[in-house]
Amino acid sequence: MDTNNNQHKLCHINPDWCWLSRVKRIFKITDIMPDFLFRKIILISGLSILILTIMILVSLVTNSMLSIKTFGFKFFTARVWDPVFDQYGSFPFIAGTLLTSFLALIISVPFSLAISLYLGGEFIKEKSFFAGFLKNSIDLLSGIPSVVYGFFGLFLIVPIVRYIQMKFGVEPYGVGIFTASIVLAIMIIPFSASLGREVIEMVPAEIKEAGYSLGSTRFEVIRYIILPYCKSGIIAGVLLALGRAIGETMAVTMVVGNSNIMPSNIFSPANTMASVIANEFAEAIKELHFSSLIEIGVVLFFVTTVISISGKIIIRKFAIRT
Amino acid sequence: MEKIKVRIIKDRIFSLILITLAFIACLPLFLILGFIIKNGALSINLDFFFHLPKPVGDEGGGISNAIVGTFIIVGIAFIIAVPLSILAGIYLAENRKNLLSEIMRISVDILASIPSIVIGIIAYLWIVKPMKSFSAFSGGVALAIIMLPVVIKSTEETLAMIPYSLKEASFALGVPYYRTILKVIFPAGLSGVITGILIAIARIAGETAPLLFTAFGNPFMNLNITKPMNTITLVVFNYSTSPYEQWHQIAWAAALVLLIIVLGFNILSRIISKKWKVKF
Amino acid sequence: MESEVLKIENFSAGFGKCFVLKDINFSVQQNKITAIMGPSGCGKTTLIRCINRMHEFSPGAVYSGRILLHGEDIYSINPIIVRRKIGMVFQRPNPFPTMSIYDNVLSGFILNGIRLKKEEKDQIVFNALQKSGLWEEVKDNLHRRGTFLSGGQQQRLCIARALAMNPDILLLDEPTSSLDPKSTLLIEQLMEELKQSITILIVTHNIAQAARISDYVAFLYLGELIEFGPSKKIFTAPENKKTEEYLTGKFG
Repeated sequence: MDTNNNQHKLCHINPDWCWLSRVKRIFKITDIMPDFLFRKIILISGLSILILTIMILVSLVTNSMLSIKTFGFKFFTARVWDPVFDQYGSFPFIAGTLLTSFLALIISVPFSLAISLYLGGEFIKEKSFFAGFLKNSIDLLSGIPSVVYGFFGLFLIVPIVRYIQMKFGVEPYGVGIFTASIVLAIMIIPFSASLGREVIEMVPAEIKEAGYSLGSTRFEVIRYIILPYCKSGIIAGVLLALGRAIGETMAVTMVVGNSNIMPSNIFSPANTMASVIANEFAEAIKELHFSSLIEIGVVLFFVTTVISISGKIIIRKFAIRT
Repeated sequence: MEKIKVRIIKDRIFSLILITLAFIACLPLFLILGFIIKNGALSINLDFFFHLPKPVGDEGGGISNAIVGTFIIVGIAFIIAVPLSILAGIYLAENRKNLLSEIMRISVDILASIPSIVIGIIAYLWIVKPMKSFSAFSGGVALAIIMLPVVIKSTEETLAMIPYSLKEASFALGVPYYRTILKVIFPAGLSGVITGILIAIARIAGETAPLLFTAFGNPFMNLNITKPMNTITLVVFNYSTSPYEQWHQIAWAAALVLLIIVLGFNILSRIISKKWKVKF
Repeated sequence: MESEVLKIENFSAGFGKCFVLKDINFSVQQNKITAIMGPSGCGKTTLIRCINRMHEFSPGAVYSGRILLHGEDIYSINPIIVRRKIGMVFQRPNPFPTMSIYDNVLSGFILNGIRLKKEEKDQIVFNALQKSGLWEEVKDNLHRRGTFLSGGQQQRLCIARALAMNPDILLLDEPTSSLDPKSTLLIEQLMEELKQSITILIVTHNIAQAARISDYVAFLYLGELIEFGPSKKIFTAPENKKTEEYLTGKFG
């Protein structure tokens, strides 16, 4: 008997190289080539997504270099955006974006919270008609394209806001920050409601039952058990909805009024970062104008990325905890 | 005793508020559907599907070019995005826990969070600028970038849910890795992957922002993908923001067609995910 | 007339630095049922998974020593070929959910891209289902999906699937642990019939089952082979005290 075999020679078997190194020697290459190729092809496909993301970032930054160098930090604080005189300060758009998004968030939170609590299981007598109706409606709403929301806003919300403005004695533009916020709110409700619902469904049944067994009402269980338990998840949901609202373009562009002047109140016509790109990009002939618009795109990229990544991290942590 | 009554009343009021809010949130759906069907149905007829837009003042006219354009541009995006994202999704599902796949997952999340208008800028920089012309192709590339993360995620999630025992069964029969993935794992997750693709198509068919300065729009019929092309979403946008009542009518009808396409794909995806579900 | 099919020599295996199997030596005789038993966590499953090289799919898998199939070290053969010669049936029945019963039996051919004529296919399906005792039960539903079958039927379908490839050895990893007593009995009877034509290696934690069906028994404890020999001898007069304690239910 071969004495060599008595030595314990360890061999690490990693499918990846084992199949290759060992088999290449002994077998025809055709036996193993397809496997090797397949592993490489899926790896390359995965890598190409990574490379694509990096290339997007690099392209955006290099193309906005001119504007970054010309204006520096003043780009974010200057209040004048005037392509005629090559003056580009993005503060009015930052303000417009923040105003519309936060206003939309404030309007949408009660509604989306209500829907997520309702669908999250606390109110459902299994498969009640209203629950099914609500769920389907929300699903359909989230499928409607944003240009349709904008169109709808233009022909229904704008007249209503104009009417309100006349009552209040404000200049009746109809379009403006307030209108855009309402349309945005309608758009993000389905999104944040379905996120909220996922979070609320994760609350373990035992702790809810513990609450009920102590004689709490449904309201008390929600108020003192579910909401505190889901706090981080709900905050993450709101954050992700904010990311959506900030990046939303079409619906906002159609009803925000497209004015490059600093908004003076919540009814003023304005522009958001996304809508100014939509309005001016195709006509930006001057290099500095073009580059400034791309710089706004860079800001949008970073803001939405940071918001969505942090939102996802919070939700992942929440999911691990439960 | 009094206290309990107060608590119960509080509970009732709370439920009522909740239900009212939830109901109000559904209202826009019916307003939107109602408005669009009411206004859109008026101008929809056969001409609408088979004719080109007419200049302001002339009665009638259709959006045949935009309907064709939407399908071409979505088709381009489909061809670019689907194979790549399925393969990338397989990689992520197969490599659950290594550093590289973790980084890729983050990059997919980032890709999914980029606002669509910024993706339009990218397609402009990469395709329109070098080719010196707005084109259907650049629009297709923009939509493909939007489609990628959606399909990758749905592929990864479905494939990762398939029990390991199935893979083992295949390996034990001496089936090589690539055949195991392509002939056992992938077919078992097919309905999930198709659902993801259909949802992604519904999503990109409704996109407007990334097409504004890529596909750009075109009043004529164009089948050349290196030239500007119209889409239904661009028609809705351009016509609804125009000052002409007659164009608004066309926009309503176009919006109705768009809704039918988008919701159709959404509903189809749900039917498939229910009907084709594989039991393990 | 007895001949060695499989010889395990100084075999150790484990995960990373932790060895689950230590220096195993025994041989498997042709057309006999060899049972591997022992308390849970003793390395039974790892051992059986090493024999058709499934072990190496586990992260950090390591091994040393040799396993000889007809005198040839399986670790010097392409694992794909090893697995076609050594069939395996798992704890939980795992028919392919997307395939019909007919295709499930042929899956070894279909998935490996081996093309067969219609008559050949019919013949293989018929033989395999007949051998696994499933033919009468499913002959009218051959083109329905395998997932509507009961657990026991699914497990026999998995056996048929392995038999269709005409392997030298059939490995069974606790094939009845997720089945009811009646299905278990059917599968035990099936094994008795199968050993006319095939060598069977079965992992079980059920002492009674090992006693009922096996010709040889290997008793593993904490990764070591404590005792190996003909079942009659081990179940009546075990040499090792550990074996005796295990068989009389003192631990495990």
